[in-house]
Amino acid sequence: MADLKVDLAGLRLRNPLLLASGIWGESGESLAGAWEAGAGGVITKSIGRSARLGYPNPTVESLGRWGFLNAMGLPNPGIEEYPKEIAAAQARGATVIGSVFGGDADEYAELAYRMAGTGVGAIELNLSCPHAEGLGSDLGEDPQEVEAITRAVRARVSVPVIVKITPNTADPVALAQAAERGGASAISAINTLRAISIDVRLRRPTLSHGLGGLSGPAIKPVGLACVWQIYPKVSIPVVGVGGIRTAEDVLQYVMAGARAVEVGTAVALDGIQIFSKLSQDLLALMGELGIERIADVVGAAHIRPAVNGVPLAAASHERRP
Amino acid sequence: MREVVAVSERVQETPSTVTLRFAYPDEARPGQFVMLWIPGDDEIPMSLSYVGRSKGVTVKVMGSTSRHIQSLAPGAQIGVRGPYGNAFDLAPRRVLVVAGGSGAAVLAPAAEAAARVGSEVTAALGATTGSELLFEARFRQMGARVELATDDGSIGARGFVTGVSDSLLASTIFDAVWTCGPEVMMDKVIRSARRAGVPAYGSVERVMKCALGMCDACALGPYHVCVDGPVFPGDALTPLPEFGRFKREPSGRVVPH
Repeated sequence: MADLKVDLAGLRLRNPLLLASGIWGESGESLAGAWEAGAGGVITKSIGRSARLGYPNPTVESLGRWGFLNAMGLPNPGIEEYPKEIAAAQARGATVIGSVFGGDADEYAELAYRMAGTGVGAIELNLSCPHAEGLGSDLGEDPQEVEAITRAVRARVSVPVIVKITPNTADPVALAQAAERGGASAISAINTLRAISIDVRLRRPTLSHGLGGLSGPAIKPVGLACVWQIYPKVSIPVVGVGGIRTAEDVLQYVMAGARAVEVGTAVALDGIQIFSKLSQDLLALMGELGIERIADVVGAAHIRPAVNGVPLAAASHERRP
Repeated sequence: MREVVAVSERVQETPSTVTLRFAYPDEARPGQFVMLWIPGDDEIPMSLSYVGRSKGVTVKVMGSTSRHIQSLAPGAQIGVRGPYGNAFDLAPRRVLVVAGGSGAAVLAPAAEAAARVGSEVTAALGATTGSELLFEARFRQMGARVELATDDGSIGARGFVTGVSDSLLASTIFDAVWTCGPEVMMDKVIRSARRAGVPAYGSVERVMKCALGMCDACALGPYHVCVDGPVFPGDALTPLPEFGRFKREPSGRVVPH
């Protein structure tokens, strides 16, 4: 029987399917609901120092089956209020990962420290929100900032630190390596792609903030490429994010180098039962392909095994160092 | 996906409520809501008060956005997406509708649809004062028995509409109670209906952002009002510690209702 358990930088997960930050993470009851629906772990909304309303609506634009544009504007109740939501999810047994965002290294470190105090299993640094000025990806596009923020956080917390990087850069590998130098335990890639939509009748952007981030099936090949590029260049685990909707999507990310994945937009497209469905389908697919454990095929596509008896050597630049 | 449509008609229903009508082709059922975008202002969830091809929303003045919506004249462009959420089950034969204030906006189209398929509708309508009673004529026109209550006693019974609905529940047999209004009122109506052995359904309002079951802004206990509601069985609502007591502001912070 195939096994879905994975170890992510010391955090033991019952399966590799994490609820992505920003989805269902405002209330503890929702986090618990996602856990009970089969998520291997649940990541909170990104929490800041104080309550933030987020941008006015419209904050989301549907692109049908391709996914969504969103510019929520990092709404969150603040680190004073939020721990009770985490406690509610933990009381129901959930493995919770706390996501934080800030304006500088000190703020990230302080928030991570307070988040760690809630007993979360790991911290995820949101260094990649593409639509909040002075926060998230404004810092996260600069490798020096990424390294400094990660180092500051690392010094304050003992739980695993996952750094979520942005795809809105020419060189995602440089961001991942900067995070690793700063002491990151893992990288998650990717956050949403900076994007916009315009209503031609009204001659204005459809999101109140104008620019937003694109999520969903449209960005899966981009997320996959980032994981593919990052995996051979770092020695810490990678969490794959972007457009995952099927077990085959999960396995593509795993074979590109992901040890776990985050699922977000699919919750809106398919409902929260996506987690149990992905688990079942993944077990079936692994059975079909003769894969016993997820860990056995992490990065497997970089090896390029023999096909039809013809051995294919991996290109040396793609090989893990 | 969103469509930009023009307001076709504006009706001042009461001193504080206005109906905007607009053509929007997607089929909707009574109880469902749309996300109504006022370009340059906000996008808010509005239950449909008219569900035919010419749809409508009936807006009470609450804050700056609702004031802005009320100021829109025919021809104004608005964005509409939806309809979203679930609807009232129109099967019951004898329905008691209990509306507080603008709650009548979502109950009127449901009662109309029920009456059209042969249900007997009784409507208990409440408002602060007589001039604020919403859709009284519309309920009478569909053949409903109408009972009124106002806080100041200017029309109908003096006091809350729950006094009227309680005596109706005591004197008449119903198959279902539908309610919409302030949550404290709905909570009372649902409990009275339960004592009378009648299943109750309430339409609930929360802050909404995505309306797609993703962002968690409208989390209510284990539910998301946008996809699991907005119409809930009373038995699902009354056990929730926050029902009638707390709501979440747009930051997600829990505040008194």
